Amino acid sequence: MELTAILYAIPWDQILIQTVNGIVTGMILALIASGLTLIFGIMDVVNFAHGELFMLGAYIGVVVLATTGNFWLALLIATLVVALLGAAIQIATLRPLLGRDPLTTILATFGVSLILQNYALWQFGPVARKIQEPFTGHFTLFYLEYPWYRIMIAGLSAAIIGGFWLFLKYGKYGIWIRATTQDREMAQAMGIPVPLVHTAAFALGAGMAAASGVLFGPLVGVNHTMGLDWVLKAFIVVVVGGMGNLGGSIAAAIFISLLEAYASIWVSPAQAVIVSFIVLILTLLFRPTGLFVPTPK
Amino acid sequence: MNASVNNSPLIAVEDLHTYYGKSHILHGVTLHVGPGEVVGLLGRNGVGKSTTLKTIMGLVRPIEGSVRLGGQPITGLASHKLARLGIGYVPEDRRIFRLLTVMENLRTGLDRQGVTDARKQELLDKVFTYFPVLAERRNQAGGTLSGGEQQMLAIARAMMLEPKIILLDEPTEGLMPRMVSQIRNIVEVLHRDNVAILLVEQNVPLTLETSDRVYIMEKGAVRHHAAARDLKVDDAIIHQYLGV
Repeated sequence: MELTAILYAIPWDQILIQTVNGIVTGMILALIASGLTLIFGIMDVVNFAHGELFMLGAYIGVVVLATTGNFWLALLIATLVVALLGAAIQIATLRPLLGRDPLTTILATFGVSLILQNYALWQFGPVARKIQEPFTGHFTLFYLEYPWYRIMIAGLSAAIIGGFWLFLKYGKYGIWIRATTQDREMAQAMGIPVPLVHTAAFALGAGMAAASGVLFGPLVGVNHTMGLDWVLKAFIVVVVGGMGNLGGSIAAAIFISLLEAYASIWVSPAQAVIVSFIVLILTLLFRPTGLFVPTPK
Repeated sequence: MNASVNNSPLIAVEDLHTYYGKSHILHGVTLHVGPGEVVGLLGRNGVGKSTTLKTIMGLVRPIEGSVRLGGQPITGLASHKLARLGIGYVPEDRRIFRLLTVMENLRTGLDRQGVTDARKQELLDKVFTYFPVLAERRNQAGGTLSGGEQQMLAIARAMMLEPKIILLDEPTEGLMPRMVSQIRNIVEVLHRDNVAILLVEQNVPLTLETSDRVYIMEKGAVRHHAAARDLKVDDAIIHQYLGV
């Protein structure tokens, strides 16, 4: 009798809806965090400008969409442009600092993030822009009209991450990236052009951040501070998943997004963010190398 | 100095001075290795043998002195360029890419521009013939191999670069006797293939047996230089510098 009462009290429909929501945000977050963890793993650089690369990707998406009207073209161009910008940023600010105290690279990337944020404010103004989603179909999920576009974001993010994983696993340059991540000096002694690999990895991470910016643009609106929330979450995910551990970051992104989604059934979404911080603190206390897999070097 | 001096050395190191931070490690090391020659570098712990190899490989920058490869100055070049010019490096602690499979470890040296698929296969077949255990474990992560297997992988990995010279740092350290004789065999094979080797070793008999010439280092400089066969006869010098 009591058990059935409890079962009735559980809002199953809401839980299912929030599961879908959690997976959608989780995949976007995983896309941002993959780049962040790749960059940290290979260069020991905590990229504080990552959120601004995400934001800039969204703005470039806005501009290209306004001129061409093609969402997919906007996605492609934003990814490529921000990847190139990432390469330039890496060469200009991080390459000279390689091997220095981590604090110097934190300051450098933080500086870059301020510049990019203020550039966006100056260029586009404080009013949020909108990216029109490429299609507007819905399907019925209990009492909700759930947009197909959200499902597509999750699928596309998963496809990009999957492609990235295959590239790391089987590609010649993927092997170069992994070898450099494990032992920079030995990789170089094997003839791998490590400075170039660093630049390419940064560009790759930047491109993935930009892609997630364009994909996520239709859901939240684009403004110059949109990177802040996401990069903060991405940092949490990277720490919880184990610094530099790609698989762990992806798992942590989905895990934390699901927790936040479930929490927002009972508390407001703004309060649900607290869940992420609780997970972060617990991880740092009890599993400082990451929640999912131990990270051997 | 009673050894014959090669006219056109493959590697010529001249008056090398290297620092780690403020500590002066190499105090003017001078040595050379001829094409296809096996040269031993002996000395007690901490006299700068490994640092000499690291400096040649471009992993440590010398403050003074020069390194030439085939007559061309290569001092201060980045190590990835030196690897492409034909210097292979097998470090003391092997430094296998632990999370990469055996095959992926080999590919780090094999995936170079201008190497045809047929040539890649030839190079792989060659190391798999000498080290059949690597073929068996080609899909296993490098970190799961035993010490001896990792040493084989480190040597095989350097061989993927088709180097003119391999800098071999203490290849038999901590290995079982059976493994040691396998390392000795591969040094002889490389010698036959006309690959030069600069061999740093604690194992004196092995060094004297496999090397053409031997340099003995003390306090960051070369103190003695002789043909290996002369040292085999006269072990007073070995005793004086190495205490064995």
